[in-house]
Amino acid sequence: MAAIGGRHPLGTSAALHRRRRIDRLMRGSATAAAILAVAILGIMIGTVVVNGASELSIAFLIKDPPGGSLVGVAGGGIANAIVGSALLVVVATAIALPVGVLIAVYLTEFSTPRTARPIRMALDLLNGLPTIVTGIFVFGLLVASHGQSGIAASVALAVVILPLITRTTQEILLLVPKELRDAAHALGVSRWRTIAGVVLPGALGGILTGVVLAVARAAGETAPLLLTDSIFSARTSINVFGAAIPNIPIDIFSYSESPFPAEHAKAWGAALVLIAMILLGNLTARAMLSRQRRRLGWMPTSQR
Amino acid sequence: MDANEPEVERRDDVMASNRLQVDSSSGAPAVPLVIGAKESAPAPPTEVVFELLDLNVYYGETLAVRGVNLKIHKNVITAMIGPSGCGKSTIVRTLNRMNDSVSGFRVSGEVNYHGHSIYASGVDPVEVRRRIGMVFQRPNPFPKSIYDNIAWAPRILGLKRDLDARVEQALRGAALWDEVKDRLRSSALGLSGGQQQRLCIARAIAIEPEVLLLDEPASALDPISTASIEDLMQDLKQTYTIVIVTHNMQQAARVAERTAFFSLDDAGDGKRAGVLVEYDETATLFTRPADERTRGYVTGRFG
Amino acid sequence: MSRRENTALPREVVEIGVVAGGLRRMVDRMGDRVAFGAAALASLAAVALIALVIDRVVSGAMPSISRFGIGFLWQTTWNPSLSSGVRDSNVYGAGVLVYGTVVTSAIALVISVPLGVAIGVYLSLLSSGRLAGVVGPLVELLAAVPSVIVGLWGIVVLAPALHSTIDPALHAALGWLPIFGKPGTTGLGIFDAGVVLAIMVLPILAAITRDLFANVPRELKDGALALGATRWEMIRGVVLDSTRSGIVAATILGLARALGEAIAVTQTIGAGTAIHASLFASGDTLGSRIAEQFIGAVSKLQIASLFYCALILLVMEFLASIGAQLIAGRSVRVRGAVI
Repeated sequence: MAAIGGRHPLGTSAALHRRRRIDRLMRGSATAAAILAVAILGIMIGTVVVNGASELSIAFLIKDPPGGSLVGVAGGGIANAIVGSALLVVVATAIALPVGVLIAVYLTEFSTPRTARPIRMALDLLNGLPTIVTGIFVFGLLVASHGQSGIAASVALAVVILPLITRTTQEILLLVPKELRDAAHALGVSRWRTIAGVVLPGALGGILTGVVLAVARAAGETAPLLLTDSIFSARTSINVFGAAIPNIPIDIFSYSESPFPAEHAKAWGAALVLIAMILLGNLTARAMLSRQRRRLGWMPTSQR
Repeated sequence: MDANEPEVERRDDVMASNRLQVDSSSGAPAVPLVIGAKESAPAPPTEVVFELLDLNVYYGETLAVRGVNLKIHKNVITAMIGPSGCGKSTIVRTLNRMNDSVSGFRVSGEVNYHGHSIYASGVDPVEVRRRIGMVFQRPNPFPKSIYDNIAWAPRILGLKRDLDARVEQALRGAALWDEVKDRLRSSALGLSGGQQQRLCIARAIAIEPEVLLLDEPASALDPISTASIEDLMQDLKQTYTIVIVTHNMQQAARVAERTAFFSLDDAGDGKRAGVLVEYDETATLFTRPADERTRGYVTGRFG
Repeated sequence: MSRRENTALPREVVEIGVVAGGLRRMVDRMGDRVAFGAAALASLAAVALIALVIDRVVSGAMPSISRFGIGFLWQTTWNPSLSSGVRDSNVYGAGVLVYGTVVTSAIALVISVPLGVAIGVYLSLLSSGRLAGVVGPLVELLAAVPSVIVGLWGIVVLAPALHSTIDPALHAALGWLPIFGKPGTTGLGIFDAGVVLAIMVLPILAAITRDLFANVPRELKDGALALGATRWEMIRGVVLDSTRSGIVAATILGLARALGEAIAVTQTIGAGTAIHASLFASGDTLGSRIAEQFIGAVSKLQIASLFYCALILLVMEFLASIGAQLIAGRSVRVRGAVI
């Protein structure tokens, strides 16, 4: 940088040098904070990949855990937990999706400010509900009387993802141009036909994105399952109304609390499977979302 | 603050006579281009603050402004007029490096301030903006009190002595003191649009810049507020060099001594860019324009 | 000019419009009512769900509430033993847990608020578009990592790293403060859980503050720069200053997240039973106590006391949610795990 002397009309004073140093320091700190967050993510995923890769094999994915009273032994897999987790998540989504979409439809198509307020507030509270409290709620609702079961776990997960599905759906519904609705109304098309024939199809991609995100979220939830479906077993179950169903988060939690190195290794293996599924889901959702938003003319907040 | 004695620019502009856009401000007598024009207006007696030499402004690959040569004189109000998109706002934002943060922004040619390029390496844009103040199209007071709006910049610049006096002086300078002296601690957002704009002017002059760039300062205001801003400019030019961008020709005619007319033109390559068509005394530009395009614009609007 | 001419309509809409007839109209009225009814019912269900949550949690906690009253909040005995020979057997108080919850959350905020705001500043004001397009989503992905995996990583990687670096450094520099007591070389503690929580809260704060800062009008930022401010002076004087209430609201939302996290804390806090002065000692939180003891609970009163813990969390969360709303209005919304 060329030095500019004091005689120059735009010469840099000592005071400005000091202000510039502070400016650089603070901007550097903000950049460093961002790098730190990315580094933490990188280290975290890196650790899971490095530790999980040695455990991961075809057998790990298609075999059940060693049964009987064997603890701390190597071998076996988490096939039953993968099946179980998939089942729980599918049932949870099947419960939360219609309700969530209907709420979003109500908020965007029917509500008045007066009726929207309590609903929004309820959704905010649901969204902030600690998932362990969700778990204890479903315990009080279902498990205390009927015991742990797949359906109890799915209900708990549905409560967790309901606000998420509602919000993504609502965000997309708001992007469906108002003119389209007005035009449909002007043609004498009834409200429900407009919603079913114009609004929802226009928002389908966005709703699917919300579903993918919700699935990714539900797949990793552990706290609600701990109280509603905390079985750790070699059994495979596909009956959601029957006894508890083995699943991946509980496997990881149990293995991570274990004193045996062989089980720690399995925790990493299961964590790798889970995180791969979740990251894949998130990246897919992100790609879908940006396509949806482009299609509907959404601008990121930073460009508004 | 006047530690840096400005270097007076008195270079004869011999090139000017070769150009269509005659700069009659130089020491040399201007060449009358229009037959019938009796004489060109005399050059203002003051020194040159800004000199633009072959200025091109690019946004990415797009040429926004082409080949502008222009001198701006001290303690003179210079207006920039022209149709929208002609690059007048781009140029005024180039004068204090406000375009630096626009992605793809690039200049070629010279923007000299007292003979020194403001785009030279080693020139800090922060220092440029501190010397060359700017008031924007829409009033943009900070969401702070009236007092803090004015005092904020002096504080960060280290001008903390007699801050109250400085604030009062700035508000008086912007003809706002009497209206707000009893509510300096209340929010600036409670002021009317015209008051807000005068607050923004007060904010700008509180750090004693040399130049004030006004980018369509009255376009968002009602006629009464506009008139008060225009009156204010006449007072301010005693102390400051003022450049005003306006889309309102009457306004330029009312306030400015010199006016530059910009237009969109293509240089034969099919790409349209802003060019300086004509620059002269305001009266001359409006009554006896040298260029057909100026005449068309000026009469089209008036007629 | 009719609407029809100036709006491009999908073909289906026009077709539906054209065939709308008499019988159709009757069906339509029914359909409208059904659509409205179903949507309203679902919305009502969301409100009812919150009421049901409160009802179930309160009724589950009732035996413990009537037995221990409000003193449960500060009594520090938590003794699930049922043998009559032991003093205070089957007596519960959440004092240790409330302390642990508050302290871990405080540590999390002390670390994550400055970092989160800094990341928000970076993403909204400093990074060029392309880089922000990469860093932003990566920071959000951090929020998508399940807590059980963050906890596992906390046990195996983070805690040992803290024990060998930060903990001794803090003790050496600030050891005269009892909270930075002599760090143990093994075993997990409150500080480990606090740092894990900070990592989990960080992306939430970064995402909310990013949007907050990006929505500060460009004219204000330009106005500050035009006065000869450096970028940092502009950020501090205009951006941070004008979004103070939003930052506070974001902090409260981050706090709510930290207060309620159970799994990752359970994995890293060391399941202590007493209040220790040093942050490097073990402790426990409301959420993690539920996660640890619920399934193995030996008495109805113990279960009810765990419900009581959940009730405390519920009240804390409601207060935080309402507080954030009051401070920031609707300008700040809790964002989902991602996006």
